Amino acid sequence: MNVELRDPNVIMKLSRLGSFHQSKLSFLRSFLREFKDWEYKRDLFNLDQNGYGEAVYSFKKKHRIYSLVCFANEIKDDERSDRVIATKWDAAFTLHDGVPSKNDIERLKNEVPKQEVGRLSFKELTLSRANKSVRVFNHVVEALSNGEQPDLDLLSKVGYLYRTTAVYGSGKFGLADRFRIKNREEINGPFRLEMMLVYLVRQFTFDQVNHVAHHKNPKKAVKLDQKICKNLGIGNSTGLGMAPFIVNHPTLLNNWILSRETALKKIREIKNVSDKDSKLFTDCVKKSLTNITSWNTDSEYQQNKIKSLLNDVKKFINHIENKFDFKTEYAFNEIYLWIEKETCEECIEYIVSIMLEPYNHITEPLVKNMSSEEDKYFNIPTNRTVEELRTVIEKKYPDILDINFEKQENYQNFWFISKNKEEPRLADRFEENGSELEQPLAIARDIKKLYEKLLVSKNSLTIAEFLSNSSELRHVVRRAFIVEKFPYSEIQDNTIGKNIIPIDMLRLKLSFFGALKFDPRSDKWLRICMFQGAPLPNELKNYDEQWVYKTNI
Amino acid sequence: MRSLSEIETAVKRASRAIGFSWGVAEEVGKCVRLLELFGLPGIKNVNQYFIDKKVKKFENLNLIIEKNLTASEPFCPIILGVSFLDQIKTMESLKKIEFTNIAYPILFIPFLSRASEIIGKKIHIKFDQKEILLNLNVNIYSNILNQELKVIANNVEVQFLENLDNFTDSEWQNLYKLSENTFVEESESLKQGGAGAGLTDND
Repeated sequence: MNVELRDPNVIMKLSRLGSFHQSKLSFLRSFLREFKDWEYKRDLFNLDQNGYGEAVYSFKKKHRIYSLVCFANEIKDDERSDRVIATKWDAAFTLHDGVPSKNDIERLKNEVPKQEVGRLSFKELTLSRANKSVRVFNHVVEALSNGEQPDLDLLSKVGYLYRTTAVYGSGKFGLADRFRIKNREEINGPFRLEMMLVYLVRQFTFDQVNHVAHHKNPKKAVKLDQKICKNLGIGNSTGLGMAPFIVNHPTLLNNWILSRETALKKIREIKNVSDKDSKLFTDCVKKSLTNITSWNTDSEYQQNKIKSLLNDVKKFINHIENKFDFKTEYAFNEIYLWIEKETCEECIEYIVSIMLEPYNHITEPLVKNMSSEEDKYFNIPTNRTVEELRTVIEKKYPDILDINFEKQENYQNFWFISKNKEEPRLADRFEENGSELEQPLAIARDIKKLYEKLLVSKNSLTIAEFLSNSSELRHVVRRAFIVEKFPYSEIQDNTIGKNIIPIDMLRLKLSFFGALKFDPRSDKWLRICMFQGAPLPNELKNYDEQWVYKTNI
Repeated sequence: MRSLSEIETAVKRASRAIGFSWGVAEEVGKCVRLLELFGLPGIKNVNQYFIDKKVKKFENLNLIIEKNLTASEPFCPIILGVSFLDQIKTMESLKKIEFTNIAYPILFIPFLSRASEIIGKKIHIKFDQKEILLNLNVNIYSNILNQELKVIANNVEVQFLENLDNFTDSEWQNLYKLSENTFVEESESLKQGGAGAGLTDND
């Protein structure tokens, strides 16, 4: 049986992309698989009694070493902010390529805590900072120093001791450009070094909290239970900075989504599902209920989504336990057709993610396809004709062409870069100044403009000829030819409409990172948790691959 | 040291700010990145060009022909570069293209380098005793390293080089003969069985 890949015109809608969940293909999970047999070490732990100072953690294999350099600093409560406007953080981190020398550490000590206004070198690969969840961190210190383990209820409400507020890589602030390291086999997957940084930061937070508790009461203090550590992750606060990324990297976006869609297609095409695989799938779905019931958010929007998800997952469990037989041929295809008909978008994508769990042999090769040589597709095929381009647009952007951009509500917003922080922002063009400096992120509107101009251009004109008088549309001409080859490279929705929910764009990217517990704090920023339930570094050599569905708090 | 990623982003934004469309700004970002990657003064020249552009006029050449003469003002190297890139497939049949009066000619070079990759041919460019060979966008070979370049190149010649060997036939034969010393002389039985396939392939 041949199952078609799902229609990009359905999957690439913002509401669907904003319902994506982590899966086996997510970057933090593929990072763990890749680095599970690397040697982990804590090389330096030079903190004072309050937990301030430097630490270095490393992963090593043969001659390759990656070192996380941590700087923990004292900040006042009123200086602590998750927003990008902050200038001080509880801790700052960089992932150094190799073993940092004393000089490197001195240099980094001056630069890393400054974050965006510091300068890194080609020897550094990623940069980040994090703030304590003061409530949780202080509670854990208090409990441990009194010889007790912390209150699990409180921990479960938050899920981490620290949350990062940005993770930078790929040439930012002087960091190494991707091309310098792209041929390394171990990082043949997107954001792998960013994932390494976050993973090692998680371990730092446990070591720091133990250290502070010990110094507070050396005689009585106990260490944070390893099982509790395992059930804590690293939080992350994310704003709009992340949103343009998925518009600006179309082939990369395609490769992420295409890999997931290809996996789904192949799983739906399995004729006979083995008992072992059906049991693993069912087990993951059932155990994952804890992830839903412990998913806390004050956002009414997300609460409604969680409620529907929980109802639909329960309905699904009832269906597969009482009305479904995995001996049915093409069982996963039947399941897919059922969830598509009977459940909400959030549940469809949730179950799709879990379908991937039993099938390492399908997902593993796909992980390697999730990067992109973007420059290869940058040049516009200018020898093609106006007629061909028009056909591409009609075929690839059918719903976009139906949007009426004469209506104010359909171009209400504009994307811009803030002068203060050089970060992307979204604003109402009829209420705020600055729309003349709009960023090229209104792809739907510009594609429609391009189409309208193509309609009144001569069919036989070459694109070179067309562009000589249509320079203002060059960026979307490039995109249209990219989407011709890469079906999932474009969001098939309006990114400047009145009703846009920008966090849908963040959610898509974060789901591929492997984030859990999306907690929107507004329509423009959210908090998430990463690595909750993941094996600790000393457990990496032999861990349960389905850890993500087995968290206890 | 600025990373190439920072260079590309800053140049793209600056190009937009100076008045180019976003699509052209993307091209300029890529091209200045290339210059800096190949060790040529991209940032320095684009910066100076943008300063000049605020006060001076430059001519936009949208359709390139065999001989391209400016009416009065020098050609804008960016619009010229974009046009060259866009029209490369149609220009390929011309052996030589001449231009007079190109401003900041170094900014024109990365467009030619990318064009060289598109057509799979080396491109040779000559202006004011400077010679540059563009090798399929893999590298830029030149005698202009560490030299101050003129702001205006008066006469510029661009040639498409046919894909010809860079060596004589006898040099090749000599080398090939030496390489044969790694081969094994086949016996009759090896001739029949060594390749794996049968002696007849009519089945």
